[in-house]
Amino acid sequence: MTETEKHILKEVAALDALPVGAYNIRSNGKSAARNTTANIDIVTKEDVSGIDIVIKPGTKNQSVHIPVIISESGLKEVVYNDFFIGDDCDVTIIAGCGISNCGGQDSRHDGVHSFHVGKNSRVRYVEKHYGEGTGTGKRLMNPTTVVDLDKGAYMIMETAQIAGVDDTLRETNATLADDAMLEIHDKILTDGDQHATARMTVDMNGKDSSCDLISRGVAKGDSYQEVMLAINGKNACHGHAECDSIIMDNGIILATPALKAECVDASLIHEAAIGKIAGEQLYKLMTLGLDEKQAEEMIVRGFLR
Amino acid sequence: MLELKNVTYAVGDKVILNDINLKTDDRFVAITGPNGSGKSTLVKIIMGLITPTTGQILFNGEDITHLSINERADKGISFAFQQPVRFKGLRVSDLLKLAYHGEKNIVDACEILREVGLEPKEYRDRELNDTLSGGEMKRIEIAMAAARGSALTLFDEPEAGIDLWSFHSLIRIFENLYAKTAGSIIIISHQERILNIADKIIYLKNGTVEAFGPKDDVLSYIANAEQKGVQQA
Repeated sequence: MTETEKHILKEVAALDALPVGAYNIRSNGKSAARNTTANIDIVTKEDVSGIDIVIKPGTKNQSVHIPVIISESGLKEVVYNDFFIGDDCDVTIIAGCGISNCGGQDSRHDGVHSFHVGKNSRVRYVEKHYGEGTGTGKRLMNPTTVVDLDKGAYMIMETAQIAGVDDTLRETNATLADDAMLEIHDKILTDGDQHATARMTVDMNGKDSSCDLISRGVAKGDSYQEVMLAINGKNACHGHAECDSIIMDNGIILATPALKAECVDASLIHEAAIGKIAGEQLYKLMTLGLDEKQAEEMIVRGFLR
Repeated sequence: MLELKNVTYAVGDKVILNDINLKTDDRFVAITGPNGSGKSTLVKIIMGLITPTTGQILFNGEDITHLSINERADKGISFAFQQPVRFKGLRVSDLLKLAYHGEKNIVDACEILREVGLEPKEYRDRELNDTLSGGEMKRIEIAMAAARGSALTLFDEPEAGIDLWSFHSLIRIFENLYAKTAGSIIIISHQERILNIADKIIYLKNGTVEAFGPKDDVLSYIANAEQKGVQQA
């Protein structure tokens, strides 16, 4: 692995070396390293590019890392990863994609992740998108995440795109059965002339299902962000969506809440706020010795933590 | 040593502070006066949150009128806000670490919370967001000023909203801060108990210094003024 690839691996998956447990490291369109365990199998798809990750029922306290690295300028790929998580599992899945583009051609990774989470299973999914490089070629990522939570399943998604991605369309579609719960914490920072669109739609089909969608965005420079959080309450359920954004420089943010209740016992709440950094916040940090720029950076870092 | 020379602050036609002249290097100075007399504006001008319309501010002989807030912080001035500021995502430990100039680790930096009656373990990872009550925020704000240990510390009504916490603890914080810095503490307060421990009192009214001097003199002045007010009424 080159130094650039090592650096990207650290950025997207916090890995200095090969991880413990199951993993599949994809580098420039090929599987660069793979490990399976007694409970977690990883199988290459035959019809399309991608892998199936199969986790046996009852698997507890295990993790799967599936980072993607692109360091070849001009590489474009669509990858399908399907996760089949059995009943009564408790697992952590670390995904993420990093593109280093030092060339003149656009590099693009479109990852389609589908999760089939079994009854009463708990899944923590961490996904980080990152771009770097001095080339004029763009770094593009379009992740699609499809989540299907069976009865009593719980999933928490921690997704972030903090730097260097020029254009992104992030789509998440989830379906919840009875007693299922979904939590999403999504963070986006855009700068320069970057564009980011995030659309999350949750169908709360199950009785007593619940979801909590929290989106935090910071738009700097001339960047543009669109966030749409949609919850469809089709049964007795609790849904909460919160969209909180900081706008800086000439940034533009469009936040669209969409709540649809199809059942009288559906309880849905949406909160949205867009604003610049409060002057009082800057003042407070300046009284503690930071200059205005440092104060701004600390506030943004904390907001997107 | 803090000196204000002919400091005036006006917004349009409205004069908030009118020709303030003060010189102090006392250990403990209280600023009191009716609501709207300009007390908060005065300390904000000292910290640099507000720029005076005219006049000069000197700190240890240096003209700081045109210095930024952080430059004044570096010179040794700190400020506990009347309304503590909330931050989504920033933790109590982040700001305390900053208050200590980054010199202490998180665990040590948060020990100061004990002085304001908060258990460090319970609070250091808490976000400074609206899950903290006004009283908790206020105590953390005071802890930050104490941690900073500046030559001049400004407190804007530190006792407001912390009634569940003992007054003695607040006094102890001021004493500890003085023991650490041998500096000056300026406190805006309406509380008699705080005025009683001051070395000097500034009595502001309608944007002017009506009285400034040793505690007993100014307290008598205020009592007389109030008496006159009652008689005139």
